[in-house]
Amino acid sequence: MSLALIVILPFLGAILPALMIRAGRNACATSTFTVTLLAFLLLMTHAPAVFRGEVLQARWEWVPQLGLNVNFFLDGLGFFFASLILGIGLLIITYARFYLAKEDPMGSFYSYLLLFQGAMVGIVLSDNILLLLIFWELTSLSSFLLIGYWKHLPEGRQGARMALTVTGAGGLSMIAGMLILGHIAGSYDLSVILQHKEAIQASPLYLPALLLILGGCFTKSAQFPFHFWLPHAMAAPTPVSAYLHSATMVKAGLFLMARLWPVLAGTDEWFYLVATTGLITMLIGAWIALFKDDLKGLLAFSTVSHLGLVTFLLGLGSPMAAVAAVFHILNHATFKAALFMNAGIVDHETGTRDIRKLGGLMTLMPIAGTLATIAAASMAGLPLLNGFLSKEMMLEEAAHTAWLGNDWIVPALATLAACFSVAYSFRYIVHVYFGKPAGTTPRHPHDPPFGMWGPPALLVVLVVLIGLFPATIAGPLVATVAGAVIGGPLPDYHLAIWHGLTPALGMSAIAVAVGLGLLAGYIKVRKLWSAGPHPEAKAMFQALIAAAVSLAQKITHGLHNGSLQRHLAFAIGAAVVVGFGAFAAASHAPGQRELLPAAPVAIVVWLLLVGATIALVALHRQRLVSLIAIGVVGMVVSLTFVYLSAPDLALTQISVEVVTVILMLLALNFLPKETPVESSGGRRLRDGVIAALAGIGVGGAAWAITSRDGSTLSGYYLEQSVPGGGGTNVVNVILVDFRGFDTFGEIIVLGIAALAIYALLDGATRGAVGRKLAAWVPDQARAADRHPLMLVVATRVMLPLALMVGAFIFLRGHNVPGGGFIAGLVVAIALIMQYMASGYSWAAQRMKIDYHALIGIGVLIAAATGIVSWLADHPFLTSTFGHFHLPVIGEFELASAMAFDTGVFLTVIGATMLALANLSRIGGLAEAPPPQEGPMEPDLSVKTPGGH
Amino acid sequence: MEFLLSTAIGLLTAAGVYLALRARTWPVVLGLTMLSYATNLFLFATGRLVLNQPPVISPDVVAYTDPLPQALVLTAIVISFGMTAVIVVMALRSFLESGSDHVDGQDKPVPAENRETTEGRA
Amino acid sequence: MNHWIIAPIVLPAIMAPILLMGARHDMVLARIFSIASTVALLGIALALTAMVSDGTILTYALGNWVAPFGIVLVADRLSVMMLVLTAVLALAVLFFAIDGSDREGRHFHALYQFQLMGINGAFLTGDFFNLFVFFEVLLIASYGLMVHGGGPARVKAGVQYVAINLVGSTLFLISVGMIYSVTGTLNMADLAVKVPHIPAGDQALLQAGALLLLLVFCVKAALIPVHFWLPGTYANAPAAVAALFAIMTKVGAYCVIRLYILAFGADAGAATWLAAPWLLPAALLTLVLGMTGVLAARRLGQLAGFAVIGSMGLLLTSVALFTPIALSAALYYLLHSTLAGAVLFLIADLVARRRPGHEDGLSVAPGFTQLKLLAGSFFIAAIAATGMPPLSGFIGKLLMLDAALDSVHAAVIWTLVLGTSLIAIIGFGRAGSTLFWKSTGEPGSFPEHAQSNSLSLIAIGLLLAGCVALTLFAGPLTTYLDATAEQVFATHQYIEAVLGNTVLPGGLL
Repeated sequence: MSLALIVILPFLGAILPALMIRAGRNACATSTFTVTLLAFLLLMTHAPAVFRGEVLQARWEWVPQLGLNVNFFLDGLGFFFASLILGIGLLIITYARFYLAKEDPMGSFYSYLLLFQGAMVGIVLSDNILLLLIFWELTSLSSFLLIGYWKHLPEGRQGARMALTVTGAGGLSMIAGMLILGHIAGSYDLSVILQHKEAIQASPLYLPALLLILGGCFTKSAQFPFHFWLPHAMAAPTPVSAYLHSATMVKAGLFLMARLWPVLAGTDEWFYLVATTGLITMLIGAWIALFKDDLKGLLAFSTVSHLGLVTFLLGLGSPMAAVAAVFHILNHATFKAALFMNAGIVDHETGTRDIRKLGGLMTLMPIAGTLATIAAASMAGLPLLNGFLSKEMMLEEAAHTAWLGNDWIVPALATLAACFSVAYSFRYIVHVYFGKPAGTTPRHPHDPPFGMWGPPALLVVLVVLIGLFPATIAGPLVATVAGAVIGGPLPDYHLAIWHGLTPALGMSAIAVAVGLGLLAGYIKVRKLWSAGPHPEAKAMFQALIAAAVSLAQKITHGLHNGSLQRHLAFAIGAAVVVGFGAFAAASHAPGQRELLPAAPVAIVVWLLLVGATIALVALHRQRLVSLIAIGVVGMVVSLTFVYLSAPDLALTQISVEVVTVILMLLALNFLPKETPVESSGGRRLRDGVIAALAGIGVGGAAWAITSRDGSTLSGYYLEQSVPGGGGTNVVNVILVDFRGFDTFGEIIVLGIAALAIYALLDGATRGAVGRKLAAWVPDQARAADRHPLMLVVATRVMLPLALMVGAFIFLRGHNVPGGGFIAGLVVAIALIMQYMASGYSWAAQRMKIDYHALIGIGVLIAAATGIVSWLADHPFLTSTFGHFHLPVIGEFELASAMAFDTGVFLTVIGATMLALANLSRIGGLAEAPPPQEGPMEPDLSVKTPGGH
Repeated sequence: MEFLLSTAIGLLTAAGVYLALRARTWPVVLGLTMLSYATNLFLFATGRLVLNQPPVISPDVVAYTDPLPQALVLTAIVISFGMTAVIVVMALRSFLESGSDHVDGQDKPVPAENRETTEGRA
Repeated sequence: MNHWIIAPIVLPAIMAPILLMGARHDMVLARIFSIASTVALLGIALALTAMVSDGTILTYALGNWVAPFGIVLVADRLSVMMLVLTAVLALAVLFFAIDGSDREGRHFHALYQFQLMGINGAFLTGDFFNLFVFFEVLLIASYGLMVHGGGPARVKAGVQYVAINLVGSTLFLISVGMIYSVTGTLNMADLAVKVPHIPAGDQALLQAGALLLLLVFCVKAALIPVHFWLPGTYANAPAAVAALFAIMTKVGAYCVIRLYILAFGADAGAATWLAAPWLLPAALLTLVLGMTGVLAARRLGQLAGFAVIGSMGLLLTSVALFTPIALSAALYYLLHSTLAGAVLFLIADLVARRRPGHEDGLSVAPGFTQLKLLAGSFFIAAIAATGMPPLSGFIGKLLMLDAALDSVHAAVIWTLVLGTSLIAIIGFGRAGSTLFWKSTGEPGSFPEHAQSNSLSLIAIGLLLAGCVALTLFAGPLTTYLDATAEQVFATHQYIEAVLGNTVLPGGLL
């Protein structure tokens, strides 16, 4: 439990600073410090156990199906890194309190820092590699926030995005690697995976897994060629650089390589991939560091170099090298963090980090100077300091490492790298603290408050102590950690200053000599450097991203040009391809059904249809003509239904046709009456081809279907219609009973359509559109008499008639063609005629029907008839019927389905009227004021002009 | 007969598709209406073609045509009626709003995303 | 007789007319009804979950007509899960809408309820013509909602949206006709029974019809090459509506899962696993194109739209593997991507409202009120959407990668999934740092837009909390989803449930 607590504490604590900042900066810093201290002490309570060689565990299930569980374990390696993270964290927190300026939002800074800290601790304590992945990416995210902390600095934002991109990419490759690794080992728990060395290294998936995992490690630990992001991450506040980019996050990669060392290391692939990368990184990093004028830049590349050094050691795969690696991680953490804080001090005091502007600071700030000198000397690898010891071990290992059978290249390169690191280390000391001041600095420097030099001082003390008494101070720790890394017996080694006259000692001597030489002749060396090529990583990276973005934009905006024509062409084209493709891919046999003879009348109708269709396409630019043409087509369709034994369809089609035409007419009233010629010939050809193919497809399918026999459910409906549904018109019974639920949805569609139309038209009477409408100038001459008497009279006489017809159609619908829907449309047509003949205002005054309510009532009635059957504990829409007698209509059945049909009836009227009435209302608005007030009253009541 | 119907359906489809691919809302609406005619006839045809056997039960009739497709078509007609009504009115509103009845707003298409997106916001 | 199954359809179908008549002129009343109804829907969905969680499949024969002759509703783990998701999303989005945007046009709440009715119906029906009807219900409601508030760009986009979907509906009917003409049935379970015995001569008609139907569902799911409607529609729709539409793409995905495993799955004779060879490449392409769009986006709303497209590609990639484990992973991602997708639109809208003249364009503008709050929400939403740890997106991705490991296409799928994740990370990173970091650097701000939109923020909070919950309870959830996937693949259970039960045909008398 307490293990998990170590990880969770920083996350929970992360909100504290955000809150405590209200109580002041000290409270904020203190709360952060306390949280970290708690976690640190908690960790220390486990120290004895760890040094006894025990492995503590804490396990919870999270997503067992996936093998992603919250399993932590603490062994030497985890303990070592956790204490580095939390220990240095404490120092950084203290340091940052004094480093951050008044205007910097301290609360969020510490919150981010704690998030990061928690993520790091999570990485090093995870037993489950999927869990580890989560923490791994969390460090990328939190470092993104920390690097971009100074939002106003473009470098900060760019550096943050670059770091996120590179480490994010690495993280993704690691996801793949980890999944494969777990797949091979059969578990995602490290404690299990570490037991499967043979299985893993034997697997054909070993190399891919290795490559992908190393992809994660190298990006995180800034190994060549991914090293470029680290220096740019230095735009972050110095405490962040010191913490993330030297002490902890960049070590995550090393940690993982060490963690997986027992199962991944020892193969040639491992050696050549890891050791080589490490060696190159070590060399390049050191070389570049030598020429960085920004203090933090110098330290950044030196960090790259030292990370390379450790990678190189891990890559060698020998236990001895592993020990050296562990030892150097410890040493580097101490002197490098100290130096970063020192760079921060210089920046803070002088106002610049540019080495060329600095010099002779020793006299002005002796404390900082002394600390820097010692730490840098350790970095250079001078005796009596801890840097010396681990570098010796490295050179010793390098001395007897052959690379592709060549046994001098590795030692040579290692030594060369050592030379450079001596050089830049001394440059840090000499060019900053000694010599004469290189001119005036922005601020007048003096030693900082204790809060800022205390933490580095503490580290420097460690540097010296470990340097003098390695075995006593670091011995046990190194042993435990190395043991954990190797996962087997430790090699015979002893941490000591004096190993006798070893080749390593010689190489060190060369390094110091050459290094000092390089510094002495710095001007010349610098010229040499300037002559060489300097690939500017940042520029290249940004160019790459920019290219990617512009490519993406070309593709995206080129493809999605927002043209409906293209959308439809793609959609219909896809349908054509899929349809023909699928049809061709499967087996097909022509139908055997005996066909109906084509009666002359049918042929005539067919010709009529063909003619109308051609006319429509040919003349579609004259919109009124096209409306007539499409009317004819609709007519023919309904004739077809009549001819082919579908009277209900015919009735419906024809009434729908009428309403549709009215609707389109009302709309066309506003729209242009002509369609301009726009499409190019090529476009028309393309569309023609698509159209032809679609036509052939659908027509062909129709032919294939109608020319073959098929089995259907219809027998059941024909049997059940009368006994079960209480109606002889099977189609109607299906609509209101067998499949009444479809009809329920159908009327709702109609209702919604009306609402949508109402909303659209109502919106058109307001705001900008409303004004346009009011200022509307009809583009066609209007008849002088807008409400011709004959029409007025005719429609008003017809109205009651039409209503009766509607009622009749409705009542008989259950048994012979008809029904609620058709009836509704008939009535609606009759009503709308009033609007059309007598004008909106007149009709609206006399027909005070709330069409919204009509729709609502209709739907509710339909729903109610459905629900009523619940009372009888029958499903929704279960019907019942009985026989009744009415005068005129005579004997007829009244089925509960008819109540449902009533709902249909009302909804249809409501919907149609709401739509049409509002459309004509818009028309009224647009043409107000009308030529004459209201319609001519049929009774011709005398009106005296002027009135009274 | 089947051939006549099939060719008719094919023709209606082709005309519908061609018109639906035009650049102005009006022909597009016409095209979609044509497509709905074609679909309704197609769906109707899946019940196979039968003469003079309306599915109205009466004792002296033995054979009826398949009523189910007819019911489906009826539903389809109603729905497509609603849909047509909506797109007609929407096209009208769109014309009133932008003064153009081009399907892509202005006469030269531009990426839909790059247009002003905040009209009507309070 | 258990009537709960139909409640998710009937309740909004009754509530909408009531809103229409009773609360047409009183926004407060309308809002109360609307929320009450949505809360009730959530309750019902949860109750149904309790009923089906033990693996029982509830059926409901409408009009008491025995399947396959009548329409039957089917509630199994999958459909009920979709109901819950719908209700949760709808409730959260409703909070956003009642923060003011529901006033911008007429009948918002009535249309909203009808919309929910359509969606729920599509999830529950076991009859594929009835599915068409519910598609039309949810579509026509969405037309109304899409142009809610009006404005040239929005209405124009609406016209395009309607046109493309009318073509889709046409195609739907044609494919239904082709399938009916050779199988003679409209009931999905009955179809599953009949398909294996379709003679070779009819296969071409059957398969062409089935694949055209797949295309129709892909239009809904915004798969290449029928995804074009989505960016314009979502970018121009009112934010609340765009957020609600996040479930509409999932309706398409649901239909693919349901029909092409049930009727054209393991034992469909010549039509076995009919969808797979078409679906997988399309889905992978969609994934790539969607994430490319994220990188290319010029507006936050546009970015969100392409993120949705990409997520649909990823989701259907996993579906296209047609294995229970992959389906389970896909379902988890479905839940996640619905919430994560929706919240992006809401955030984009709040940002846009605060930057008059810039709106949600990815351009540098002065800071605005609640910048930190919105930046934080965006950061979390982005983590979810890009599939970064620790949120549900990451778990979903892991589940899918894990499930794809056994596929013959594993290498391709892994490369594309991980590669596109990187593109998404870069895209979201650029957008976020431009909108929220650079902007803070700019002097000045928009004081006149200082309203706090607390309800909208609650909505955003709810959706993000949903993602967190998906993460925390990933364990039990995946267990449930595994069972769900198993049930979907055990098609005989579904068929028995639908065709096995015998109900007296006919009326009460």
